[in-house]
Amino acid sequence: MSAPAAPATGPAGGRSRFARGALAATAIAYVALLLLLPLIGIVTKAFQPGISIIGDTLSRPEVRHAFLLTGIITLITVAVTTFFGLVVAWVLVRQRFIGRSLMNAVVDLPFALSPVTVGLAAVLLFGTGGWFTDFVSARGIQVLFALPSMVLVTIFICIPFTIREVVPVLEEFGLDEEDASRTLGASIWQTFRRVTLPNIRWALLYGVALSTARSIGEIGAVLIVSGTISGKTETATIYIFSALEERLEAQAHVVALVLAGVSIVLLIGIEWLHRRNELARSNT
Amino acid sequence: MSVSIKVEGLTKRFGTFEAVRDVGFTAAAGSITALLGPSGSGKSTVLRMIAGLEPPTAGRIWLGDIELTAKSVQERAVGFVFQHYALFRHMTVFENVEFGLKVRKEAKESREARVKELLELVQMSNFAERYPDQLSGGQRQRVALSRALAPRPQVLLLDEPFGALDAKVRQDLRRWLDELHRELGVTSLLVTHDQEEALELANQVVVMHEGSVEQAGSPADVYNDPATAFVAGFVGAANVLHGHVVDGHVHLGTFQVPGAGHLEEGAAAAAYVRPHDVRVSNEDTGVRGTIERMATLGWLARLSIRLPGGETLVAHVPHDELGEAKEGDEVWVDLRSPKAFGIEAGTTAPGAPADIKPANGITPVSDEGPVVRSGS
Repeated sequence: MSAPAAPATGPAGGRSRFARGALAATAIAYVALLLLLPLIGIVTKAFQPGISIIGDTLSRPEVRHAFLLTGIITLITVAVTTFFGLVVAWVLVRQRFIGRSLMNAVVDLPFALSPVTVGLAAVLLFGTGGWFTDFVSARGIQVLFALPSMVLVTIFICIPFTIREVVPVLEEFGLDEEDASRTLGASIWQTFRRVTLPNIRWALLYGVALSTARSIGEIGAVLIVSGTISGKTETATIYIFSALEERLEAQAHVVALVLAGVSIVLLIGIEWLHRRNELARSNT
Repeated sequence: MSVSIKVEGLTKRFGTFEAVRDVGFTAAAGSITALLGPSGSGKSTVLRMIAGLEPPTAGRIWLGDIELTAKSVQERAVGFVFQHYALFRHMTVFENVEFGLKVRKEAKESREARVKELLELVQMSNFAERYPDQLSGGQRQRVALSRALAPRPQVLLLDEPFGALDAKVRQDLRRWLDELHRELGVTSLLVTHDQEEALELANQVVVMHEGSVEQAGSPADVYNDPATAFVAGFVGAANVLHGHVVDGHVHLGTFQVPGAGHLEEGAAAAAYVRPHDVRVSNEDTGVRGTIERMATLGWLARLSIRLPGGETLVAHVPHDELGEAKEGDEVWVDLRSPKAFGIEAGTTAPGAPADIKPANGITPVSDEGPVVRSGS
């Protein structure tokens, strides 16, 4: 008997066990249908034309360039959102100032806005007649239809991840340990590196993983600001988009598979690391 | 090589709220000084200002001859023990104690030797590889104490160190801290709201109330000779009798007690009498009362004595003094060494911890009075 609280006999116990089973089945079906099936679909589609299509696609110069561009955008985005995310989270938790709750709410804005809106906003700021257009063109910087605007919109979209992961951990962990560290003679930097950082490192890593996955997969905003110049401002996701339009379905599937693979490996990898760490600690 | 701690005119304002107002005292080198007061009296803020964790609004702080006021937390290097231990949760017991030596870049061998020595001192050697969440509250606080002592601080600041522990562990740790202090002799400042803890451990007690110092003195002084009504009511249990001043006495209806010579004639006053200063007498004392209830507390009896005016006094009387007296008997009551304080008309004087004031104006005492450490 696995149901612990259910009465041994009678229709009530049977019914509650049935209800529990049904609930589990619903949850599994939901996850499987909506999350796993599309993945399986991509995998089978990508391999359908034969294994050679993989190498063939990945050796195309425009595909390579697309992956490189996605990599560069992701790297800059993750570095910026992690660093500033940490600063913002710190300020939100540790300092009291006027407008703090407003800032707390504004930080989540990218979750609520459609990426297309974000892209449009960037066009309005940097396009013809935009607020910053004269400023940047006077300095000879190409923002729109180039890397800077693509990085900018991706950063905007990824702002909340690190902050939302770190804030609750920082709140729970409180000030006492940091105070203790300082009374023991540690500098502010030593306190951050030896006390604060180890306590929030998993939250920070989850933030990195989520921002990475999100910026790899971003298309809406980037599509609008990029101008989709093949081999120049075409990211991996935009490549999939235009490959489908040009009826290069096989290539689109392979690139999609690689993107999905990277994100999944990232999330599972961090989860695995975390568990191994917890296990190592509880064994002492 | 312990040094004294001196603070002068220490004040802390949070916005418009004055948490600490003009606090000054000196803690002698090698002594334990207790900052005693109810929660919200500003005592923890004083401690945090001495450690440098909180910048004072005004005032100065010295360690020996060296002024600390403008120095950073790091430079002050005082030992600090927190109420909730504040152990580094991602470090083992060993690493926790080692931390203060590591950030000072001490050599590995001397670090390890010092940590071993300290863990032995607090009897935690067998737990060196444990993490804080694998320890009991008492063990955690012992680790926290050895961590604070590791860098050889000149002074030790303890912020309600036993506040989060249960009564039995608190008793044990208190005794243990006393022994440790006798052994190390490091100047210590102990913040507590527990009068028993303060009276038992400290050489000097600084009583704080609403951000100010009410009285500073030896435990015996503070207990036997309270400077203010607040101290009389907060330190130790007391019966509070409300009346007014007539001819240097507090007049209480059918009787009066002496000791109000310093108060203005006719002013409202309260007389504080300790339960052990209420005695049953064979001679005519002028105060007659009925023993309503009698309970034994081991070697002494706890009596509730009803006075003619309807008030109830709590008395702690040794059994041999009671003789044949029993519940229901009428006896003469001797009120020894009453302490009189002026109070503002229309208010009630601050009372014992259990602040249930009956309409007749007497505050019942809650429990046994504390043990007063003699000497020092």
